[in-house]
Amino acid sequence: MDGGKSVTTAMQAGKLPVERRGVISRRLSGILEPYLYVSPALILIIAVMLMPLVLGLSYAFRDIRILNPFSGGFVGTAHFQTLITDDAFLGALVNTAWWTFGSLLFQFTLGLILALLLNRDFLGRRLVQALVFLPWAVPTFLSGLNWAWMFNPVVGPLPHWFTALGLMETPFNILSDPDLAMWGPIVANIWFGIPFFAITLLAALQSIPKELYEAASIDGATTRQQFISITLPFLAPTIAITLMLRTIWIANFADLIVVMTNGGPADSTQIVASYIFTQAFRRLDFGYASAIAAVLLVLLLAYALGVIALRRAMTHADS
Amino acid sequence: MASIEISNAVKSYGAVDVLHGIDLDIQDGEFIVLVGPSGCGKSTLLRMIAGLEDITSGAISIGGTVVNELQPKDRDIAMVFQSYALYPHMSVAENMSYALTLRKTAREKITDAITNVAEILGLTALLERRPKALSGGQRQRVAMGRAIVRKPQAFLFDEPLSNLDARLREQMRTEIRKLHRRLGATSVYVTHDQIEAMTMADRIVAMHDGIIQQVGSPVEIYDRPANIFVASFIGSPAMNFLKGAYEVAQNGTAGIRLTDGSFVPVLPARGATANQAVTLGARPEHIAIAADENGENGGIPARVELIEPMGLSTLVHVSLAGNPVKIFTLDRPDFAVDSFIHIAFDMEKIHVFDTETELRLPPENEPHGPQTA
Amino acid sequence: MNVSGNSPARKLVYWGSHYLMIGAFVVFALFPLYWLLKVSVTPNDILYTEGVRMWPSRTTWENYFFVLTQSNFPHYFLNSVIVAGTTAIVTTMVAAVTGYSFSRFAFRGKVIIVALMLITQMFPLVMLIAPIFKILAPLGLTDSLTGLIIVYTAFNVPFATFLMQSFFDGIPKDLEEAAMIDGNTRFQAFRRIILPLTLPGVAATLGFVFTAAWSELLFALMLVSSESASTFPVGLLSFVSKFSVDFGQMMAAGVLALIPACAFFLLIQRYLVQGLTAGAVKG
Repeated sequence: MDGGKSVTTAMQAGKLPVERRGVISRRLSGILEPYLYVSPALILIIAVMLMPLVLGLSYAFRDIRILNPFSGGFVGTAHFQTLITDDAFLGALVNTAWWTFGSLLFQFTLGLILALLLNRDFLGRRLVQALVFLPWAVPTFLSGLNWAWMFNPVVGPLPHWFTALGLMETPFNILSDPDLAMWGPIVANIWFGIPFFAITLLAALQSIPKELYEAASIDGATTRQQFISITLPFLAPTIAITLMLRTIWIANFADLIVVMTNGGPADSTQIVASYIFTQAFRRLDFGYASAIAAVLLVLLLAYALGVIALRRAMTHADS
Repeated sequence: MASIEISNAVKSYGAVDVLHGIDLDIQDGEFIVLVGPSGCGKSTLLRMIAGLEDITSGAISIGGTVVNELQPKDRDIAMVFQSYALYPHMSVAENMSYALTLRKTAREKITDAITNVAEILGLTALLERRPKALSGGQRQRVAMGRAIVRKPQAFLFDEPLSNLDARLREQMRTEIRKLHRRLGATSVYVTHDQIEAMTMADRIVAMHDGIIQQVGSPVEIYDRPANIFVASFIGSPAMNFLKGAYEVAQNGTAGIRLTDGSFVPVLPARGATANQAVTLGARPEHIAIAADENGENGGIPARVELIEPMGLSTLVHVSLAGNPVKIFTLDRPDFAVDSFIHIAFDMEKIHVFDTETELRLPPENEPHGPQTA
Repeated sequence: MNVSGNSPARKLVYWGSHYLMIGAFVVFALFPLYWLLKVSVTPNDILYTEGVRMWPSRTTWENYFFVLTQSNFPHYFLNSVIVAGTTAIVTTMVAAVTGYSFSRFAFRGKVIIVALMLITQMFPLVMLIAPIFKILAPLGLTDSLTGLIIVYTAFNVPFATFLMQSFFDGIPKDLEEAAMIDGNTRFQAFRRIILPLTLPGVAATLGFVFTAAWSELLFALMLVSSESASTFPVGLLSFVSKFSVDFGQMMAAGVLALIPACAFFLLIQRYLVQGLTAGAVKG
């Protein structure tokens, strides 16, 4: 209080109606303050994500091979022309679709069921919630290794169980069967990804006002009708956004595949993201890898914009 | 303590003006209530005084100093929020001492101030509690205490009682008034509750659409509203309005011809011309239930629609030429819903408004005086 | 949702199936981890003969003993603690101020910055490895823990920011306004009043980022070449390719890698749901 008073009296004594310099400094600091708060994040993102992205895009048009000292020149669209006829790349595109939508379908369905189960009060709910969310915390490389071990007939139980169930004639490792290998990483991905959907959907479920269900049950709606007329519409925005972001994220997610199969056997589990990894760090052809990455980025952006446009069209049709 | 002068204060968000050139002088020690419907700009004005909103143009000074460019912390004002805004992680004592601690006041002085204020507000037993462990009324008191402890130049209140139940609100109203008597601090109090405005204010500032409609003492505002907005906003149950045309007779008497043809005599209104479209404004207590059409003032027939007993009084809803009209009576009604009664307007008390400008046309015998700011 | 049906029999069927399904989820979530633990304590000589048994007839700690004393693991572990810990702290600090400004200020360019942050979540990160290497190399930040920390911080800031923002959104603006009137600048009000109230959010963000940084493999693999700067995932992977027959030791190392991440996660998981809900329901 004393500080404030002394400022006041000082200004009174000077009889300054408005201190001109103060005007500018307060306005300016008011305008600058938000930018000051966001600047560390912005600088980091620009330096470590945006700049490398631009640099990476430029690599797509250059010949950059680490082991070749004569590389580095500008090659125009040569990489992209190679790409169109690269069977491995086209195969990886198909695999990416399998990998992404196979994982996503199960992650989402099981995640939604889990969220609905956890949205009721029951004995031991908090413990159960902590336990079922645990796979999300398991480092991805470890999830990959662990599931690879689970599928291994030497130390893992799964092949033996499959044999006992009559699904296999003798225990073998599905990761070494080109027809089945993709299911290995997909199962690991489902295991790892259910908690994400369960957490987000549970949060959305808990934000639905309880009165709505009470009103609906007084109006005579059955549990199923309540789910369709209240729960789903309320979850729809969360579902739409998480599904879109997750699709992109999974399509980019190469860790599990790199750890479990390294794209093999015979490229049967090679997705675009792991193919980029292989090109860049096994063949050290950064130019070509960047070209593939650029195509992937464009495809994902097109997907995202398509989904957004579709949603907009649908919500407009509604209103 | 200090006076507050607001001159031509404007607030705009982009192209939208929220406050259009507010002029207001608040005397040292005065208790001013800013009242109006939500969105009228009263809270924005209060927050501009506090320094929480920038002033787009114009000036606000506290104690003779222009504070436009001062941070809230340098304005030496205290504010009581609608949500109380108590710091949840601090005890009651810490909440109240926070401002003093920031000003590096000596520890003994802080303790003294808090003991003193806690005693005034009856918080002594609660000093070590967290806000979470307090009732709504107690939280409100802590919020008050936090303001009082600082001995600021001015108190700002932003709808401080609207989260309390009716009984507690009534009690706190009285208490805040008593505190003001005791401390004599300049206070600006924002509310949408006209009863709070009437009971607490030295002067009421009625606001609407970012413009001050009228400034005056509660009685002035109630008895001589400047326009239809103020007339309808202040007073509960609200004033009745009936549209009609102004008529002057040869002998100088005047009246309003209502749309259904009935005639209500009024005092000659200043500036009103014959056949001018006017609106009759009558508070429920200024309409009497006449025995019959030949009764005093000439009764007008009206159909009873609803009878609301309110204990002390009764509120009778009638339909007059298709317009709903509320009548306040201390007599127990001896008629039933759907029956016809005759009503009479108290010529001395009812108002004539220009339908077009919505301004009040005062009676010719009323002394000229400043009404609108 | 209301209880489905009121007769005791229907309730029994309902809750029976409810617990059955919950049980299935718990088993699915935990069994792989249980198996990891089981193999890690199985003595080598009975590993193959008792391959499918639920619990070995004898157990041993010798795999752990080997990993902790005969390998580089303690060193990798320490590197990972440094990298993940520092990343978590720095990211949370950066995300807190950014999330606060998203929550409280309306400013020119905000939409663009938010959009930029969302779009970064779309990048194929593998594409960035080479350019980042190229940028960091001349600064001496490759093959260094500092370089990893900077990269991880940048990657985690966007999500952490949105998480922190949802916590700030749940705290009424009145509080810092009261503090500003009481004598704080805005930043002081943020630090002394708002931040202490978002401690659950800070904990959730710390835990989330720590787990993410603890797990990261590809960048650690590519930006670091020497043993001395290797993190746990890299160490484990090289261990796997070196000793690919010794499952017991690998799994013992895996269990060790699991402990900090899981411990952190169990501490923070309930705040995580709370944080994601906070944005939607106020108060």
